[in-house]
Amino acid sequence: PLNRTCKEVTALVIAREDRVLPLVERLAIGIHMAICDTCPVFERQILTMRHALHQWRNYQETDGDASPGKPPD
Amino acid sequence: MASFEQQIVDLRDYLFKFARLQLRNEAWAEDAVSETVLAALSKPQAFEQRSQLKSWLVGILKHKIIDLLRQHGREVSASSASAEDDADPLDLIGYQADGHFTEAPADWGNPEQELHSHQFMVMMDACANKLPAVQGRLFLMREWLELSVEEICKDLNLTPTNLYVQLHRARLRLRACLELNWFAKPTAS
Repeated sequence: PLNRTCKEVTALVIAREDRVLPLVERLAIGIHMAICDTCPVFERQILTMRHALHQWRNYQETDGDASPGKPPD
Repeated sequence: MASFEQQIVDLRDYLFKFARLQLRNEAWAEDAVSETVLAALSKPQAFEQRSQLKSWLVGILKHKIIDLLRQHGREVSASSASAEDDADPLDLIGYQADGHFTEAPADWGNPEQELHSHQFMVMMDACANKLPAVQGRLFLMREWLELSVEEICKDLNLTPTNLYVQLHRARLRLRACLELNWFAKPTAS
């Protein structure tokens, strides 16, 4: 079956960062994203994080003198 | 102008910060930095001014860190995690019983400019530092040392399933930390 809940889809969106998903899972994500208002927002967050990690890696290798700021909450 | 040797020695603190972030162990980090400095001092001709001295040293440091991670194998992924560390952060996102969101995730907008700011990089450092030790090491092996899943599993004798679980948790923790400390702040918009 291709129908997935938001919880299942968010887990797949995270998993996609580290492995190639089977076709049926990719299809399930696509179908769910087309009919869901909330999961595309989560997906954009993960894409932003991917971009941020790329920037962070570059920053560390060139300027990376980010001294510790306020500890995160 | 400081000598080449002095410039390298002056960058030890800078290198130590990265080594500690990746290794989560002060003694291992000291070893990695010492090995890096020794390697750089023994082959100054390899530098040839082709890049920034910092970038060249970080490149050497990465190799030394990978060597250390391989050397310490099982210790790297042996967890002394608390129950909280082992919890699935996905459960902290609100879902209804039927698996749908109770509340829509926050829209982070289009933060292209922010992602380049020094302040954002400081927050990335802080959030990465906050990851539990094993998750942090594995996540940074993937994201900072840019090792493949296959390489990490082989080096640390982990199953892919075990690694995927740790990476999944690390990504969700990092997301939650950034949301709480950056994207939810009124100044971030």
